[in-house]
Amino acid sequence: MDAIRTEALTKHFTVGFWRPRPYLALEALTLQIGHGEVFGFLGPNGAGKTTTLKLLMQLIYPTSGHAEILGRPVGDVEVKRRIGYLPENPYFYDYLTAEELLEYFSALFGHSAAERRRRASALLDEVGIGAERRLQLRKFSKGMLQRVGIAQALINDPEVVFFDEPMSGLDPLGRRHIRELILRLRDRGCTVFFSSHVLSDAEALCSRVAILANGRLVSQGALSEILAVTIRGWELVVSGLTETALAHAQSSAGIRGATRLGPERYALELPMTVPPEHLLAKLVAAGATLVSLNPLHDTLEDFFVRQVAAAPEERGLESTRG
Amino acid sequence: MRAIGHIAVNVFRESVRDKVLYSIVAFAVMLIAVSYLLAQLTAGQDLKIIKDLGLASIATFGLLMAIFIGIGLVWKEVERRSIYGLLTKPIRRWEFILGKYVGLVLTLLVNVAVMTAAFYAVLAYQGWGVDELARRAWPAPPMDPALLSAIALILVELMLVTGIALFFSTFSGPFLSAVLTLGLWVIGHFNTDLRNFENVVESRAAAWLARGLYYALPNFDTFDIKAQVVQGQHVAASYIALSVLYGMVYPALVLTGAVAIFSRRDFK
Repeated sequence: MDAIRTEALTKHFTVGFWRPRPYLALEALTLQIGHGEVFGFLGPNGAGKTTTLKLLMQLIYPTSGHAEILGRPVGDVEVKRRIGYLPENPYFYDYLTAEELLEYFSALFGHSAAERRRRASALLDEVGIGAERRLQLRKFSKGMLQRVGIAQALINDPEVVFFDEPMSGLDPLGRRHIRELILRLRDRGCTVFFSSHVLSDAEALCSRVAILANGRLVSQGALSEILAVTIRGWELVVSGLTETALAHAQSSAGIRGATRLGPERYALELPMTVPPEHLLAKLVAAGATLVSLNPLHDTLEDFFVRQVAAAPEERGLESTRG
Repeated sequence: MRAIGHIAVNVFRESVRDKVLYSIVAFAVMLIAVSYLLAQLTAGQDLKIIKDLGLASIATFGLLMAIFIGIGLVWKEVERRSIYGLLTKPIRRWEFILGKYVGLVLTLLVNVAVMTAAFYAVLAYQGWGVDELARRAWPAPPMDPALLSAIALILVELMLVTGIALFFSTFSGPFLSAVLTLGLWVIGHFNTDLRNFENVVESRAAAWLARGLYYALPNFDTFDIKAQVVQGQHVAASYIALSVLYGMVYPALVLTGAVAIFSRRDFK
């Protein structure tokens, strides 16, 4: 049984008052996400990421298709007991303190008063909210609200968490903090589904990603597979290489580029078509020493840009999606 | 059901932390107190003035609270997106609507209780030290318990207004909701005229339409026993009981409609 499963999930909105027209927000999204995965849901602004998350939270209803979480239909109260959700740019009751908000949400899960206090306190510690926890939320900055939002998503110790742009509004320290938190959740066996347009977050955290553009899924798979198929060459770092030996090698071995790293120390880039063993043997014979040999992958950003650029654009009308 | 309680308590907490609500209650209490001064300007009608003004203040300021809090109950949650965090907790949409309703009714109950306490304090002061002869001239004693039945029906009326405001709040903005709720409240006070429409028109269709509207629209006049109580007239317990029953059934129907709309709504 998958932790999250969608089958041809589709959402059309109606736009226009006098002449209502359908607008494609999400088209036939099919995903399977296993237990314990950290799954990155990527796409540019307006790709349909937030629409997908709202469908999974049943904040909006699908035009067609089906979605399940933990083997049950989305919106089922038993499912809600076992999941957590951080909305994009979260807003909570500004007349409550952070502590009160968490205790209120904890009460909705049926926790006792002592348990509510314990969970609220532990989670606010975990997301780095200190003495401010007794201030009303109207006095909180965007980053602090984001931390409270993450804490409330974890109030029930969920099996699956959905984070919509979890790094939004956070400073570098906060981002690092939340990355570590996501990794801790993964280590506890929690499935994490997060949407982002910040690719470095996905690259650092995800085991698998899906890329969405213009409401359509353009690619999905393990990060290692996606990037492995796009090895674009080799990087060879050597020391003890004289300029003469380098010039000789460049003229004969098809080296695409050489970067001087220090005295007689170079990083050489070879195209995928040239096996590195032959050049390496030549360089060693010329007195050079191998420091490292690595395949050159595309970054997720390279891959993302290519996929999004290739996605079909026609989808109806102007954007209303998140 | 537990979720309804928690949501209701949160609505109550929001209300008691709202300075606007304090201002409304303070103004109402002040007006009730001022009724004592106005009563001194009249000859022989002093107690009647206090009772009229006191009951009218409770009804009017209660109405203001019911409408202006009621119209924002759902709209504010959707507009500010706080509903995303709440509806993804283990609650059902109908529990959300009922929780909001119960919370506002609880708020109104407490505020009406505060205004009633101020009202009775003024009445007690007015009746204090008055000789027996003057007392006999009053149609009803100052601390007349029958006033409580008038106040109870005001509260039931406010429960109906709250239900209507909440209903409109599930699909429209605050301005439209306020206009529609207030409009229904005004029409609801002239509802009895619709019943008598058939006596003054020739057209059978118009008579049927008026009769249909009479049953469909809320009848707020049924809750108004202020004049009888102030005059010391007896109001039958059966009439009060039927009015209370009407004040329970109508909001139940309105809330059912609110739940039906809210349950199908997309929160974009």
